[in-house]
Amino acid sequence: MVLEVKKPRPMWEILFSTHHTDVGLLYVYLSLTAFIIGGALAIAIRTELFLPGDAINIIPDSNTFHRIFTVHGTNMLFLWLIPFASGIGNYLIPIMVRYKDMAWPKLNAVAFWMIPVGMALIWLGFADTTWNAYPPYSIIRAPGPAAEMWIFGLKILGISSILGAINFIVTILRMKHPDLPLMKTSLFVWSTLVTSLMIIVAIPTFAAALIMLYTDRLGVSGFFNPAMGGDPIAYQHLFWFTFHPEVYIFLIPAVGMMYELIPKFSRKPIFSYQSGVAAFVLLAIVGFASWAHHMYATGMSFTEKTVFMVGTLAAVPASAMHVFNWIATMWGGRIKFAAPMSFAVGGLVLFFYAGAGGIVNTAMPLDFLTHDSYWVVGHFHLFVMGLVTFAFIGFIYYMFPFITGRMYSERAAMVQFWLMFVGVSMIFLTQHVLGLYGQPRRVFDYVPVQPLIIMNQISTVGAWITAAGAAIFVWNLIKSTVSGKPAKMDDPFAIGEQYYDYTRREPHH
Amino acid sequence: MGHATIEWVYVGVVIAILVYVGADAWNIERLLEHAPEDAETIKVTGAQWVWTFEYEDGTREIGKLHLVKGQPYRFEITSVDVIHSFNIPDFAIMMDAVPGRINTIWLVPDQSGEYLIQCREYCGLSHYQMRGTLIVEEPSGEEGEANITSAAVEAPSKGATAVAS
Repeated sequence: MVLEVKKPRPMWEILFSTHHTDVGLLYVYLSLTAFIIGGALAIAIRTELFLPGDAINIIPDSNTFHRIFTVHGTNMLFLWLIPFASGIGNYLIPIMVRYKDMAWPKLNAVAFWMIPVGMALIWLGFADTTWNAYPPYSIIRAPGPAAEMWIFGLKILGISSILGAINFIVTILRMKHPDLPLMKTSLFVWSTLVTSLMIIVAIPTFAAALIMLYTDRLGVSGFFNPAMGGDPIAYQHLFWFTFHPEVYIFLIPAVGMMYELIPKFSRKPIFSYQSGVAAFVLLAIVGFASWAHHMYATGMSFTEKTVFMVGTLAAVPASAMHVFNWIATMWGGRIKFAAPMSFAVGGLVLFFYAGAGGIVNTAMPLDFLTHDSYWVVGHFHLFVMGLVTFAFIGFIYYMFPFITGRMYSERAAMVQFWLMFVGVSMIFLTQHVLGLYGQPRRVFDYVPVQPLIIMNQISTVGAWITAAGAAIFVWNLIKSTVSGKPAKMDDPFAIGEQYYDYTRREPHH
Repeated sequence: MGHATIEWVYVGVVIAILVYVGADAWNIERLLEHAPEDAETIKVTGAQWVWTFEYEDGTREIGKLHLVKGQPYRFEITSVDVIHSFNIPDFAIMMDAVPGRINTIWLVPDQSGEYLIQCREYCGLSHYQMRGTLIVEEPSGEEGEANITSAAVEAPSKGATAVAS
């Protein structure tokens, strides 16, 4: 295995390293693995839904299908999006704040090594609770030990991200070079700081809910079990109090990466640094005021629905400010459409669609059309696969020469970009239509009527096209790491001045 | 900096759109909140994996719901095991069936015919097959039999589509 081509070192030295670039790269490798295997599950789901009925039988029964979408969702959110953002943060934050390492290197390594444990629990358990694990199903019906393994897996991943977040906050606020004021650090530093603060506020609530879920499963308590006087809706409040802010935790690091990519490849300074900082902080605060928009249909009163609709709409201007900032930065710039910039712009377009769809979701009467239908599936996948994953892939290509010393194949990367952009649009834009036709999410089969069949087929073909793009991606990374052209290290993309010395390494300690 | 004006204008436009969406949604939802006074109450119970309907006169039906066109109905929705969601896509009816709670929603069917009832919240093994049929009859009443059969003929194409219409 080639971890750093420039200076090959024995495997054990890298695995047991506490150096921030090594730990950062371990995060990146683990999350890329999760992205590929979780993506394979998604392809299985879409292929099964290509035709209604028993015509396609790659998933034998509905129980297996439910287990597959549960692990797909859990895996993608907690083993791809969060660890990848942590990985890039680990790699870049100490460089950007001019410190030799993270504040607590050993804690950093511990936080990383908890992730493979959580990953093993989730994949070996293969639970069928959905990633929401709503009680009473997850208490009284979900088969063990899969559900218990899911609970413990998420518990461990939650502790890992809290430890990582503490480390980031201390590194940024306390270990920053004294000559570097916070308002001069890059927007990626701000995105990591804001994300870490949100993690510390949001995660403990769900961590508590997980313990309650576990004791409920043991039968010693009945917090969420109506047969014992509990209330299943209470779980949904605790769950969404963590996981609505969590969607911004997925989103904000990707936004921070876009702020790195777009000015560099537009060869212009950011339109407004202050606006970017303000939008981050605003989103982090307002993001906590909208959790129950996931629960309009649980029987909420008109007043509650109104409050959470206002809270949700209030989060939109912050995201809109980011989009404005990016477009204004590109405006009049000498844009170089290398792979990182193409993915950033593609992500921007999909982000716009996702945001527009989100405004429809949040309007109370329309929510009852879209809620728990395929519309929602399309909507949030446009965020996590559209904006976030596109920004991540773009950032991988951007970091590639700095990490490996070699250049990736630009032509293969552009083919991958177009396959993925077309594929992702096909999958998720048609899923909005499927939702309006009334197809519920999380179904093993659907009513065999013509419009549903056609839309499902477009969506599935899109998934295959995206998979082809992902295959090229993996091939490009491996091939170029081994035998890519050596990169011109001072300016690999020929875009002029670099803001940070990415190749700088403090000695190992 | 020095070009903040454009951004303020832009943010103002975005906020104006959001205020419009929010106000309009509030206004419409306000009208949908309360069922008409004369609505007939129908108790809807979700169980893994069937819907049971109990009419005001005490009769029960499993998997089938008969309504009369133009009449108001109020559904009292609950569940006996896990969370389900009572959904009639063609009439944009959607409300969770939560054990230990009764949620209400109302409907005045304005078109006769046969429509799909389904479960929209994941509820286990046969979630995808937890379906029922809504049969909306013409108000003529006694000779309604003929209308049901004619409606049944056009049913398959109407099954899961007409939200847009």
